[in-house]
Amino acid sequence: MSNSGELNYNSKVEGNIVLTTLEASVNWMRKNSLWPMPMGLACCAIELMAAASSRFDIARFGAEVMRFSPRQSDLLIVAGTVTYKMALATKRIYDQMPDPKWVIAMGACASTGGMYRSYAVLQGIDNLIPVDVYISGCPPRPEALLEALMQLQNKIETEKSLRTLKEEVAA
Amino acid sequence: MSELNALNESYQARFPGSIELKPVFRGETTWLVKTSELAAVLDALNKEGFDFLVDLSTVDNFGEEPRFEVVYELRHTGWNKNLRVKALISEDENEVPTVSHLWRTANWHEREAYDMMGIRFGGHPDLRRILMWEGYPFHPLKKDFPLEGKETEMPDIAFSRPAPLEGGPFVTAPADRSQQREPRARPPEVV
Amino acid sequence: MSLVQELEVKDSAARADELVDNVGEKLVLNMGPSHPSTHGVLRIVLELDGEIITKADPDLGYLHRGDEKIAENMTWTQFIPYTDRLDYLAPLANNVAYACAVEKLMGYELPARAKTIRVICAELARVSAHLLGVGCYAMDCGAMTVFLYTFTEREKIYNLIESLTGARFTTSYTRIGGLARDLPEGWIENLQLFLDQLPEKVGEVDKLLTRSPIFVGRTKDIGIITKEEALNFGLSGPNLRGSGVSYDVRKNQPYLDYADYDFEVPVGSVGDCYDRYLVRMEELRQSIRILKQAIKKLPDGPIFVEDPKNILPKKAEVLSSMEELIQQFMIVTQGVDAPKGEVYFGAENPKGELGFYINSRGGGVPHRLKIRAPSFVNLSILPHLLPGHSVSDTVAILGSLDFVMGECDR
Repeated sequence: MSNSGELNYNSKVEGNIVLTTLEASVNWMRKNSLWPMPMGLACCAIELMAAASSRFDIARFGAEVMRFSPRQSDLLIVAGTVTYKMALATKRIYDQMPDPKWVIAMGACASTGGMYRSYAVLQGIDNLIPVDVYISGCPPRPEALLEALMQLQNKIETEKSLRTLKEEVAA
Repeated sequence: MSELNALNESYQARFPGSIELKPVFRGETTWLVKTSELAAVLDALNKEGFDFLVDLSTVDNFGEEPRFEVVYELRHTGWNKNLRVKALISEDENEVPTVSHLWRTANWHEREAYDMMGIRFGGHPDLRRILMWEGYPFHPLKKDFPLEGKETEMPDIAFSRPAPLEGGPFVTAPADRSQQREPRARPPEVV
Repeated sequence: MSLVQELEVKDSAARADELVDNVGEKLVLNMGPSHPSTHGVLRIVLELDGEIITKADPDLGYLHRGDEKIAENMTWTQFIPYTDRLDYLAPLANNVAYACAVEKLMGYELPARAKTIRVICAELARVSAHLLGVGCYAMDCGAMTVFLYTFTEREKIYNLIESLTGARFTTSYTRIGGLARDLPEGWIENLQLFLDQLPEKVGEVDKLLTRSPIFVGRTKDIGIITKEEALNFGLSGPNLRGSGVSYDVRKNQPYLDYADYDFEVPVGSVGDCYDRYLVRMEELRQSIRILKQAIKKLPDGPIFVEDPKNILPKKAEVLSSMEELIQQFMIVTQGVDAPKGEVYFGAENPKGELGFYINSRGGGVPHRLKIRAPSFVNLSILPHLLPGHSVSDTVAILGSLDFVMGECDR
């Protein structure tokens, strides 16, 4: 073992090494590069666009890569009223997204049906797909969306990403 | 207004007894036309220069006979005047002739009227539902259809469930029951 | 040496037969309801022969929320927030149109100040909606920068609207017979500051797009709508004027105090996508003109009509006097007491003529409220317009029609 000394200590790389668990680093990578699928259905989509453009700049949170293909995204932002006609299409898009995936229900309509208590509107997208973060407001301000994104990042941070992976491999 | 008065006189002569001039309300002229003559009157109005069909709506006078009203809002862009033409339809008959060959915009308006009210338009090239999905069994704008909707199921296409009205936004009762009207959630009506 | 070849020219019916024989297998392409260029949830089923569309069948209703049914179960005033969400790019203009429609039914004549403030609201909404329309259209045609520029201007408008109404775009600003509140202090000065810098920004967009070879190539001579077609299909707003029909409700059937303003109605000459874009750009400038005149002429005075039976009393009086308290309670619970009758009122909204047909049987609730949504009518030309174009033109045509599904499906 002629080069074991270098393995033990090397002044050249000192300060450039971070010791962490694999799980924490995976979560860190996931939470800072969320690729949203903007499911812009109604009014909230305009605030979603405002959040993506110059003033609010969702890029500060690493989520600016809006992908209109569910296969390339891992965060579904349901922005707007989900009608019964649209409901199964929304679920299908969610099913097409690869794991791991998260959902933000943006606004009152997506969360509960909001002010549209009528024959045509699904009373909350959580009747069909699991939701991670709900945003109140009709429509929510872009800041509220950014806050939801930060909440989701906190949630991802605590996920047991590798343990579930191990269980899946074992099963 | 003078053009419309002259028009009314000439049409009263042309279609005797089938056009009833309603009292002018807020400066708007309304003709109530007999359903049997509706196609002929609208055809003539189209040739007259009413080149713009602004709107086609339907009204459900539930509990009255005839039950439905079809309302055409016509505009003569040359005169810059609007004229409303109405026709009454009974529930059994439930059909008016299409005007989609005169004003092509009527195509979608009539599909919407069929979807929402269930009124059929004879001779329409493509009378399908437009807002609700194909196969939805109800016509939601009818007065006897509840606001919260009814349960339906179409596998892989769509489903619907009655919406909860309790605790929801304020829903008030219609004007004829103003005694009971208060801003509170109204229990779903059983019709 | 000359080569003479005789060509046999068949009659048109025979040529059509030949064409049918040569057509390959048709491909049915589903576009939407979740597609970035359909501005929401429009679905179009396209039948393609190669790259060329042979049949287009739009499928609407993915955002049908039952607004007209909801209206029948609400008092007149309670429905105002729902009008925000019709054309959610210009909620103030919807508020104004709805309030004017109910006021026509009531027979009100607004005081001068309320009229002018409403004109300011409607025109501000038009600027905001056209900015978004142009920005999104540019993005559909592949120019991202314009979208960011126009959104920056829109944020400034949002700031103005927020200080006026308390919300960024669900404003609910009008009331039956007046306005929710008067202009806040210093608002007009802020509006003036905004208007002073806006023409320059519009000019920037103009420079980026109007002569850009890519943009012109994508839009010129695409989606041509003739005058007759536009009228026959009931188009309204910039889409109608892009086809060369000079019809603007503000000019032809003036409401509020539009008759007092000096502005032009731009019309197109060809009726293609490029013309519709140009009309929108010019309308932006005309709206700025109207806004500047409105600021100059803004009169003082009340913002509500005089009708104690139907207009909410002042809050201070409600809190101190029994009679006003009862009055307030009655109006809030029973709604404005409308007469029996029917009216149609159309207003020139950014997307076209937004009309309300109201059938009232008296009392505080409409018997029937039909919304004539300009986007719905404008889209009805699609099955006629799309065939013959390529799939990539679909995006350009949809963007140029500038529709909003919230209003289209209601």
